[in-house]
Amino acid sequence: MDNAEQKNANEEAPSVIDRYFTRWYRADMKGKACEDHCILQHSNRLCVITLAETHPVLQEGRTVKSINYQISNGCSRLNNKVTGKSKRGGQFVTDFAPLCRITCSDDTQYTIYSCIRGRLLEVNENILKTPNLLLEKPSTEGYIAVILPKFEESKSITENLLRREEFEEIVSKRGQSHPP
Amino acid sequence: MLPLKEKDKPIIQKLLAAGCCARCILRFCCLSVQAAYRQPAQETMKELKAFIAVKENTKHQESVALPSTQENNGSYDAAASEAPADPPSKRAKLDPSETAAQTGESAAGQLEESRVCVVCLGILQHLCGTEQATKISETVKKEKYEFDTLVLSVSLPAQLCVREHSCWLHVKKEVREKGLVLDKDDVIQVKEAFKWIMQGLVAKELKGVAVVSKSMFEIGLEFIHLETDSDCHFLAKSCPDCFRPTKNKQSVFTRMAVVKALEKISDATFLQHYPCPPPQPASCCLPLDVQCLHMSVFIAGRYNKFCRSLPQTPWVIDGERKMESSVEELIAAPILSAFRADGFNFSSSGREDVDVRTLGNGRPFAMELLNPHRSRLTKVDMKQLQEEINTLSDKIRVRDLQMVTREAMSHMKEGEEEKTKSYMALVWTQKPIQREDIVFIDDIKDLILDQKTPLRVLHRRALAVRQRVVHSMSTRFVDSHHFYLGLKTQAGTYIKEFVHGDFGRTKPNLCQLLKTDVDILELDVESVDVDWPPAIPE
Ligand SMILES: [Zn+2]
Repeated sequence: MDNAEQKNANEEAPSVIDRYFTRWYRADMKGKACEDHCILQHSNRLCVITLAETHPVLQEGRTVKSINYQISNGCSRLNNKVTGKSKRGGQFVTDFAPLCRITCSDDTQYTIYSCIRGRLLEVNENILKTPNLLLEKPSTEGYIAVILPKFEESKSITENLLRREEFEEIVSKRGQSHPP
Repeated sequence: MLPLKEKDKPIIQKLLAAGCCARCILRFCCLSVQAAYRQPAQETMKELKAFIAVKENTKHQESVALPSTQENNGSYDAAASEAPADPPSKRAKLDPSETAAQTGESAAGQLEESRVCVVCLGILQHLCGTEQATKISETVKKEKYEFDTLVLSVSLPAQLCVREHSCWLHVKKEVREKGLVLDKDDVIQVKEAFKWIMQGLVAKELKGVAVVSKSMFEIGLEFIHLETDSDCHFLAKSCPDCFRPTKNKQSVFTRMAVVKALEKISDATFLQHYPCPPPQPASCCLPLDVQCLHMSVFIAGRYNKFCRSLPQTPWVIDGERKMESSVEELIAAPILSAFRADGFNFSSSGREDVDVRTLGNGRPFAMELLNPHRSRLTKVDMKQLQEEINTLSDKIRVRDLQMVTREAMSHMKEGEEEKTKSYMALVWTQKPIQREDIVFIDDIKDLILDQKTPLRVLHRRALAVRQRVVHSMSTRFVDSHHFYLGLKTQAGTYIKEFVHGDFGRTKPNLCQLLKTDVDILELDVESVDVDWPPAIPE
């Protein structure tokens, strides 16, 4: 660590996400305008599902009233339990499986989807206690869920997703003034 | 002169007729005099034939000449007063009543010599002698093994047990009449007789190396006999329990399974399905290549890792090599060639990430060396080996390199969780900081963390929340966005995750403590507090 003293404060801010993850996107989820999802894929194939910065929930002035992982009468993502290295017992989700519903204080409701096929490993219980995490740190502490794709599908699951540049192009064409 | 008794005669007669070789006959006579097996098989055969030709009326003379098996242990040579070397034909003249039988046997005698034994399938006949001993010693010499003693391990075809059983049933009555307490267990095993013959020969070929029953060095001899492999098959029907298919065994008819089945099967059932005595084979057993194996030796030491692009073990993703080297390969290469070992297993007290350095006294490691051809390295040799490793690469450094026992290796893993480790991390903060903003960290003691299995390892480890303790921390301010963080933690604490928080999955984390985003730029392991292996003074 000899050269560390010369480290300069202006250097670009490092980021855990950029170091280990690739960002993938789904725009206008299920045809609903701007309901964009961001999928962070780790180099070990595991995926973290988050809201894209452009998602309506994250727009100016909105607050979250509640988050509900009970996606139907019979199914709550909170009951998901995985055991062992092989993650037995985890719910298997497909691209359009709902993960949770977010209700904003103006009573608008949004469904967040899994975006990829794989085994649900965990959902983020922290956002139930502190919904503000979702607004303040949507791509880290405010994540929605962690999904582990099948080993043999770890490359193919991202085929239907958008790369960052592709996503940014779509966003810029919306002619809105979202910050990138 | 064989120490046989009158009561052995019916056994010998029956077995000769059945097509047993001379040594197998000695086995069924329960003769435990090793030297008797070592004499040439043809001579033994001659003696046996002569012995049964001597009529009952010579019993008086014989009982003097041939002491009983029980009281005799190799001293029978002294009693060789009689001369049974007379050819049967000569004696036949003395006893005209037996002429026909004797000449008949004599004519068949030549054939018998070449006939393969129905019990040992030729192993005690043609496959244990000087020729085989020479072959074994040549293999051993060629591979240049270093050893003080050796053990012969013999693997025989499983059907030999079936044939042995059949033969036992054939002479059971006679054997029991010979001695009331004698039973199947008293019959000398093929393997045992084989070793009695071969051990001495091999030792002689290898210039006096002791052949013992337990040794670090094993010579494996295996025999197969395809012609009679089906001998065992009837057992599967009468005792299906004994022959359950297992994943890694090619055939269900293992020796163990066959022995078990033979213990269970009734004599009547056995005799229904298998001839008694066993049928005559056409061919002799086939010896497979001689296999040498030296038991593993173990070495241990500590290593430093000075490079931030060196994984601990070879890093392969989708069958593709990611980094050109690894800690274990840099350490192992010189060691493997010094011990001339076939392979190794590497283990260590924890491990560091590819981008983490390990400084200080280093991290304890141990290696099992598989089939080492060389095993007698002195302390000086080990010191030289250590220096060689250290000269070959400046990415790592090894100290305290020494030979250890298999048992001692467990010290390394013992109580690993309770041990402490010290780290130094270079931390980046998003918000600008001043010296006084971070000093509070120095006062935090025994901070308990709840760590979910980090995302970076979650694909291969179980999901769990583990409690880990950060015993103490110390800070050193660098500039408005950087500081050094020293940590002393319980082993098993994920340091990187404690710093950046891992999506809030480690709590508390440094982001929370400092109320800003932080990241870890560099990490060093400064010490691994495991006091094994013992330090070796420079
Ligand atoms: Zn034999």
